[in-house]
Amino acid sequence: MSMNRRGFLKGALAGGTLLATAQPVAARDNKTMPPEALGLLYDATLCIGCKACVAACKESNGMPPEFSTPEQYWDTPLDISGKTLNVIKMYKSGNGENKDSEKDGYAFMKVSCLHCVDPSCVSACPVSAMTKNPSNGIVGYDKDICIGCRYCVAACPFGVPRFQYDTPFPQISKCQLCRHRMKDGKYAACAEVCPTGATLFGKVSELHAEAQRRMALKPGSTTVYPRGKLGGVDQSYEGRVAQYVPHIYGEKEVGGTQMIKLSAVPFEKVGMPKLPERSYAATSETMQHTLYGGLVLPLLFLGGLSYIAKRNVKDDENEND
Amino acid sequence: MSNAHHPAPAPLGGKLVTPATVILAALAAIAFIILGIRFVFGLGSVTNINDGYTWGIWVVYDVMIGSAFACGGYTMAMLVYIFNKGEYHPMVRPALLASLFGYTLAGASVIFDLGRYWNTWHMFWPGYAQVNSVMFEVAVCITAYIVVMWIEFSPAFLEKFGLKDLKKKLNKVLFLIIALGVLLPSMHQSSLGSLLVVFGYQVHPLWQTIMLPLLYLMTAVTIGFAIVIFEACLSSSGFKRPLEMHILTKLSRLMTWVLAAYLAVRLIDLAVRGALGYMFEASVEAFWFWVEMALFIAPLVLLAKPADRMKPAKLFIAALCLLLAGFMLRINSYLVGLETGPGWHYFPSVPEIMVSIGMISLEILGYIVLVRYLPILPKEETI
Repeated sequence: MSMNRRGFLKGALAGGTLLATAQPVAARDNKTMPPEALGLLYDATLCIGCKACVAACKESNGMPPEFSTPEQYWDTPLDISGKTLNVIKMYKSGNGENKDSEKDGYAFMKVSCLHCVDPSCVSACPVSAMTKNPSNGIVGYDKDICIGCRYCVAACPFGVPRFQYDTPFPQISKCQLCRHRMKDGKYAACAEVCPTGATLFGKVSELHAEAQRRMALKPGSTTVYPRGKLGGVDQSYEGRVAQYVPHIYGEKEVGGTQMIKLSAVPFEKVGMPKLPERSYAATSETMQHTLYGGLVLPLLFLGGLSYIAKRNVKDDENEND
Repeated sequence: MSNAHHPAPAPLGGKLVTPATVILAALAAIAFIILGIRFVFGLGSVTNINDGYTWGIWVVYDVMIGSAFACGGYTMAMLVYIFNKGEYHPMVRPALLASLFGYTLAGASVIFDLGRYWNTWHMFWPGYAQVNSVMFEVAVCITAYIVVMWIEFSPAFLEKFGLKDLKKKLNKVLFLIIALGVLLPSMHQSSLGSLLVVFGYQVHPLWQTIMLPLLYLMTAVTIGFAIVIFEACLSSSGFKRPLEMHILTKLSRLMTWVLAAYLAVRLIDLAVRGALGYMFEASVEAFWFWVEMALFIAPLVLLAKPADRMKPAKLFIAALCLLLAGFMLRINSYLVGLETGPGWHYFPSVPEIMVSIGMISLEILGYIVLVRYLPILPKEETI
């Protein structure tokens, strides 16, 4: 017995020394914005709640209608789902009379994938079905790779990827920024059809500049609002500047998102959660890499265990002889 | 895998068709009918899972809890072969068998829950496998462990079929198999907690912590002790065999030490994160936190005195409390403490529960059949 205890201690010591001298694994930082990042700027103060974007999204992505009323006349989704990639939700308070007012007012908010710079869904996916394009940063999904484990559904801090529970051959559904339309020179359908430019498509760097320009304007003054694609065909018009809350949503949240948002009502009131700057993907992967980086720790552990087990199994056999 | 100090394992024999085995088989059959419906009409046709609670009990119970309850083989192998506690040797084989079934069924249950199960192999395929994913680590590790356990357990088959040469060859590399049998569960049982880290703010602060892997690992080890005691009590009354009290008493003492260490880590983690206050809030989460903690503390109280550890009834209740505590920790962190926004609710549907019950039945049924047929339980001394 004492012999074996000594053996165990020896093994443990050797393992401990190796551990202490092993290279510490560097913490994985947030990922950075891809060079040609594409995205959307959603300005809630420009949105009139017409839901043209919802209809256009359905059509462009070949998604079926969804009904929430007894009479099934037309598509009336209340939330994104396995059949709906984009909805406009409404905030209402008090008598609901004043647009973009936190009290006695109403406001709209677009709900769709924010295309995180460091997405939780991509980090969570065990099979690379969810990927982030290294150049334009679009978070895409490939059903032919997906195993349907729904870790992405659970992990997303915005509750975006959705699953189809009513079919034996389900898929994950999420906005992919109409990447399938880009080869024809088209861009996100929601931005293309938006009559007020509330949803604007463009390069993330330019969208940020545009968002900052709007926030710097004097509330009540007039300015020119582009529509469709920033830097594309000029469809701009003149409009009145709203009283924005001083926050570009998606600038810093979980390391930044490629869809950014402006609003006159605090974001938490319109369903956008308050989030830290460090991405959850970075936290999770730092933990994983610390434990499993280069398989250093598992192999050391295995070596120590094998050494001890070999001694003890031998003792076992000797006792039997 | 036998030890001179202890009677060698031998098949129990006896009837296979009994009222108990028939009921177990019927429950398993019901589960398979429900699963048939799931494969024709989709997951939503029989479960209550939704996009807010996309992982229901088929994941949280069948896989997370099911595999934790199957940690008896892990804990016993660690005790006997790593800490060289030979006196627990007779417990290894029965524990390993229960683990083998628990894990094999947990692994199989994953398939029922995967929406696109025909692509499952992608997890193991270079080019598809995504190594940063905690899920990837869990999948590879659990699969590897199931294979390792079958090899670890194969001496029982080899003895039965008289394949002595093969058994001898296996004995030469058995140390490596045993080492893997300790390493792999340490990896994936902790990772079952790690899976939650990426959920971020969606998991209540009473459970969301970077220490989740350690909490899950330590509870898996204590559950390993508890399930061995629990199963020893059940199989002794079920098969009308004497209880190996001298072993169980010592085992329960080790169990309480690991449990005390766990509780210390749990409370220190809450304190360091400044999350102690949440347990005193008037919330559903706080209530279930106290249920969980009470169940973890109960075995320490029940088995505080050495005399308590000699009483089979107390041992049984303490083990049961600890199993329920491990159950609650997992249910709390994955379901009760999960908040994914307004409007989302989840409670398992009857068919969903029936599938989990069917899987447990299948496991018990398999255990009964195998201990009657193969040399697993120590042979009773004839006086």
